[in-house]
Amino acid sequence: MDGRAKFLLTVAFILTVSLTPMAAWPIYILLFALVLSVEILSALGIWYVLKRALLALPFMLAAFPVIFTVGQTTLFSFSLGAWTLTAHSEGLERFISIAVKSWLSVQAAILMAASTPFPELLQAMRAVGIPRLLVSMFGMMWRYSFVLVDEALRLMRARAARSGQSSQAGAKAGGSVLWRARLTGGMAGSLFLRAFERSDRIYVAMLSRGYDGEVRSVPLPPMTSATWAELLAGLACLGLLLFSGILFWG
Amino acid sequence: MHIPDGFLSTLVAVIFWGFSAIAVAYALRRVGKDLGERQVPLMGVLAAAIFAGQLLNFSVTGGTSGHLLGAALATILLGPWAAVIVLTSVVSIQALIFQDGGLLALGANLFNMAVIGVTVSYFVYTSVKKLARGRSWGLFVGGFLAAWLSIVVASLSAALQLALSGTSPANISVPAMSGIHMLIGIGEGLITVGALAFLYSARRDLFTPVGSSPKGGALVWVFGLAIALALAVLSPLASTHPDGLMWVARQHGFLDAARAPFYKVLPSYIFPGISNKAVSTIAASILGTLLVFGVALGVAYLRRKKVV
Repeated sequence: MDGRAKFLLTVAFILTVSLTPMAAWPIYILLFALVLSVEILSALGIWYVLKRALLALPFMLAAFPVIFTVGQTTLFSFSLGAWTLTAHSEGLERFISIAVKSWLSVQAAILMAASTPFPELLQAMRAVGIPRLLVSMFGMMWRYSFVLVDEALRLMRARAARSGQSSQAGAKAGGSVLWRARLTGGMAGSLFLRAFERSDRIYVAMLSRGYDGEVRSVPLPPMTSATWAELLAGLACLGLLLFSGILFWG
Repeated sequence: MHIPDGFLSTLVAVIFWGFSAIAVAYALRRVGKDLGERQVPLMGVLAAAIFAGQLLNFSVTGGTSGHLLGAALATILLGPWAAVIVLTSVVSIQALIFQDGGLLALGANLFNMAVIGVTVSYFVYTSVKKLARGRSWGLFVGGFLAAWLSIVVASLSAALQLALSGTSPANISVPAMSGIHMLIGIGEGLITVGALAFLYSARRDLFTPVGSSPKGGALVWVFGLAIALALAVLSPLASTHPDGLMWVARQHGFLDAARAPFYKVLPSYIFPGISNKAVSTIAASILGTLLVFGVALGVAYLRRKKVV
């Protein structure tokens, strides 16, 4: 499938999820069915996607208090020390909606990222009008992030080798927290310096290969009619779901 | 601090996309003017460095560890415009590839980390440095404060976005987010100072200011607006949630005190807007903030035309 269509459909899916009113459960289920069927078709392995989708879970904590502050219908209440907390059903509904929505969105994003090679993603970004300069920086960053992550790992290995990491539980390696923070700072500084110097070398290498400040890229291949059909069908499907969601639960 | 999708209402997400797009587009132009053809390799590789730098951590105690986010470090070493671009790349790639923050929420995340984080760092750092008059402690104190405050204010902004979306009540999320990030910020500050100390002894030439005079103008505006936004939103929330009022007021006063030197141009502009909105609802404050932003963007646009 064309990366551009995938990108657009993912954004459209997330937008649909975001616009769907709170507590429109049937729509959520349909959306979930949609993303699940794509997951199966993509042959990524459902567990892989579902496991990675748990990543956003800690953030649920931020939405948790909403159970106790929104709505009037009392569900249950309990006291915690000096406070009495009262849970409301509207609040609970909202909390679960938020949780489901974010879970669905994350799945869609994972699907896109895991099934699209990065160059195709860059192409998609260019196609939707993100400035070429920014896109080429993204590309550059993506390419060199592997190199620099290796650099960072080497720095960390060097630190572990020199400051005597202990396998014993509770035994601290190295000096005090302040000392460790300063050391990490030094590592960050030297990483930064190396990146700086590397960018100089890259620039010179680019110059010697004819770089003149203009970012040139291969012209985008035209969208085939099959891609258009996929894109439109997907958008129509999402539009229909959104429409019925707003109509019946809005 | 990376807000995932689903936590922001569509309206809030779209509005912040707008703000971030404008800020990034403007920063891109400025950087292009300063750096020219070196821009792409330098920004790309430095973004990769910040990205890799976030791996570096140190254990604090009992399994928790501090690690670097890098807004302040990038701002101090590269100047504000380049730092906005570098952090934009980092945050966008994190969202696209690692689902660290949502796509629809990316606008808001960019706003918090690339725009707010950098402007706060820049202003704190330059002002402390001015106070220190070129002595080296200014670098370190400024670096620490800039790193710490950039984290705290960015998290405050994230908390307010959540509150605006109705995801999380302001009187809980604001103190909780800021409280946690006040601690995280200390780690950030310490690493930043360590990095600065290293770079100061290894490459002192990186710290000599290069043509820093014309940078302020538009940035003051953006920054003033950011704080205006925070205050315009904080005030009605504070009045509708009395329990949060004490804390918010403290934060409010704290922010004012921290910013006092820069407000010479702005107070007459900010405070009338606030007092009008203090009684109104959250919805009204969104509208009001939009208006304020509209006017200010218009002014900024005029200014930009003059500069070009």
